[in-house]
Amino acid sequence: MEPEAAKLIGAGLACSALLGAGIGIGNIFGSYLQGAMRNPAAAGEQRTNLFIGFALAEATGLFGLVVALILMFGI
Amino acid sequence: MASPLDQFKIDTIVPLNVAGVDASFTNSSLWMTIVVVAASVFLIGGMRRQSIVPSRWQSMVELTYEFIAGMVRDNVGTAGREFFPFIFTLFIFILFANMAGMMPYSFTVTSHIIVTFALAIFIFLGVTIIGVARNGTKFLSLFLPAGVPIPLIPLLLPIEIISYFIRPITLSVRLCANMMAGHTMLKVVAGFVATLGVFGIAPLAFIVALTGLEFMIAFLQAYVFTILTCIYLNDALHPAH
Repeated sequence: MEPEAAKLIGAGLACSALLGAGIGIGNIFGSYLQGAMRNPAAAGEQRTNLFIGFALAEATGLFGLVVALILMFGI
Repeated sequence: MASPLDQFKIDTIVPLNVAGVDASFTNSSLWMTIVVVAASVFLIGGMRRQSIVPSRWQSMVELTYEFIAGMVRDNVGTAGREFFPFIFTLFIFILFANMAGMMPYSFTVTSHIIVTFALAIFIFLGVTIIGVARNGTKFLSLFLPAGVPIPLIPLLLPIEIISYFIRPITLSVRLCANMMAGHTMLKVVAGFVATLGVFGIAPLAFIVALTGLEFMIAFLQAYVFTILTCIYLNDALHPAH
């Protein structure tokens, strides 16, 4: 295989990290809504934790993007 | 058409060479200066005429102060009060840098790994030094929580040590990757608007929503960076649990 082609395939494969990030973000917001519907009184104070969890889950997907960019431009 | 990654290019404005090290004044330095000046104007200007019934500007400054003071109080406790100035400065700098990056034709300082990594590595070193200085050998109990069954120790110890030393990397890459990915995505979608002609109205509507999301991300990443610093500081000050 050409090294250039391998690089592009690798960069594309690295984007599959978004699979996990998507599941994670959906899970966080889904669980939050489920909890908030059951106990709306407790929903407000958990919003901080919601956004922290969202940011942490999103970041794991972006690590894949960083790997893709390193493959494309770094080496 | 320009590449979507062109916006992250560093241009030299004033070439400067100090003992063989390239210390030029670049557009990154320029925007960092702008960020610091804007933050100083916001904070000093708001508190210039203090009154018991605050003006709108003063109440904005007070809200920011209260927000960070509450975060430090909730996450570190009263022991964290002496570190409040540092955490407040950190939050304001990252928030203003992220928000300045949202202006068209500006430069996002925090989208460069070297800037965020410099912040993260000094937080990591500082927190470790504080932990060792305050707790001595008790600081090592951070790597082995109390009440772990003995067969689990060889498995848990390496995991805890690795996850401790990888902190500066995850902290810096999270902020940098978020800013870089967001701005690249905005540029890519903006490219669709230009090439699609009349049908470009659909990506244009999308880009408006995306800009709103980016503002939220800009605030959220500053918040997450600061709150993780608080959590690391709390680990260093109270390693026992």
